[in-house]
Amino acid sequence: MLTKRIIPCLDIKDGRTVKGVNFVALRDAGDPVELAEIYAREGADELVFLDISATEEKRKTLVKLVRDVAAKVNIPFTVGGGISSVNDVDVLLQNGADKVSINSSAVKNPDLIDNLVAKFGSQCIVVAIDAKKIRDVWKVHLVGGKVPTEFELFSWAKEVEERGAGEILFTSMDHDGTKNGFANKALNRLSTERNIPIIASGGAGNTSHFVDAFIKGKADAALAASVFHFKEIRFVELKGILRQNGIPVRL
Amino acid sequence: MTTVIIDYGAGNIQSIKFAFERLGITPKLTKDWEEISSSDRVIFPGVGEASSAMRKLKASKLDTLVPTLKQPVLGICLGMQLMCNSSEEGSTKGLGIFDTEVVRFTNKVKVPQIGWNQITDLKSGLFHNINELDYIYLVHSYYAPISDYTIATSSYELPYSSALRKNNFFGVQFHPEKSSTTGEQILKNFIEMNPYDAYSN
Repeated sequence: MLTKRIIPCLDIKDGRTVKGVNFVALRDAGDPVELAEIYAREGADELVFLDISATEEKRKTLVKLVRDVAAKVNIPFTVGGGISSVNDVDVLLQNGADKVSINSSAVKNPDLIDNLVAKFGSQCIVVAIDAKKIRDVWKVHLVGGKVPTEFELFSWAKEVEERGAGEILFTSMDHDGTKNGFANKALNRLSTERNIPIIASGGAGNTSHFVDAFIKGKADAALAASVFHFKEIRFVELKGILRQNGIPVRL
Repeated sequence: MTTVIIDYGAGNIQSIKFAFERLGITPKLTKDWEEISSSDRVIFPGVGEASSAMRKLKASKLDTLVPTLKQPVLGICLGMQLMCNSSEEGSTKGLGIFDTEVVRFTNKVKVPQIGWNQITDLKSGLFHNINELDYIYLVHSYYAPISDYTIATSSYELPYSSALRKNNFFGVQFHPEKSSTTGEQILKNFIEMNPYDAYSN
């Protein structure tokens, strides 16, 4: 049986792991390669590396990091942050990334999704959507949630699927960093309407939040950062609880 | 002992190379006919879209070589699918090693299937020291149905072939290079198998 995935997200700046609280304040949480190896060993199902240092020089550091992770880690990983061209994706995949995640660049140029899918296949193209509820409408935001757009979450998600994306990574900016749980109602609607996997992100604070994301939110995977980085939740413990709740997991 | 990974330009093969290196094996990436023919083990990878991968294989003139190989050959993911008669994806004619047709999951389930699933009904030395219901990582929209060649089964919408085998030809739908210690054991089994055993079971 296909299992629900637990995905720690490592925010990367200058080759180090950081985690933003509401994407603004940053704390240093360690060496990404070492952390990735530990997470893989302890039961994470996949990893996401989000590069938040998008200058040209720093991106070379990212490519080296991707190569180091690919050499050492025996589970799949996705790389995101500042990816805006077919060439960017080519370099990351050639260096061992399994999937890439695009966000702002897809909103600015939706054809990029089609181009990437045509060249690399749906299976490695994740579209990340950051959204925030404004007067009862889920609006897509850019630049880590700072810049609102005219795009509405559910119609954008539909377009993203039609253009061939393999997965959607949905972050609720209203929930991110709050540790009050995932945006389960929006998740449920996304997962019901769409026929590609939905990764839930933003709001994980305790183990029952993950249970809710899978049962109430019908998510296919759940992503979190600080609860893992600061060892508030261990993978084995979390998966044990999920299994007790009838959610299939890899244990 | 030499191992080659056929490098015909269809997707990310670094991960497979790295996975072997973690096992202390240094595979060579090549599309050279001689190097492939003379190697003890051959890995036939592939990710992406079937018809364009097949075009690349033909452009490298390897479509005629692969079916004639005598040493153990392991197709991975799309590599396995291309070893079948055909794929619905892009109406692709395959290499015809496994006499079976690759078809798409219906929209009753989310497509692609992405994540960790389980393998059962394990039937080959490829799965030495692997347990029934162990977890493997998959990303795919198309699958090979259960057939006489099936040596491992997974279920998604319906039971399907997670691995196929005919004589010295093996194919896995999952990614052993990304399937944690289970995948590493399967790659190790493939390297360590007695090539003559490949013709029995």
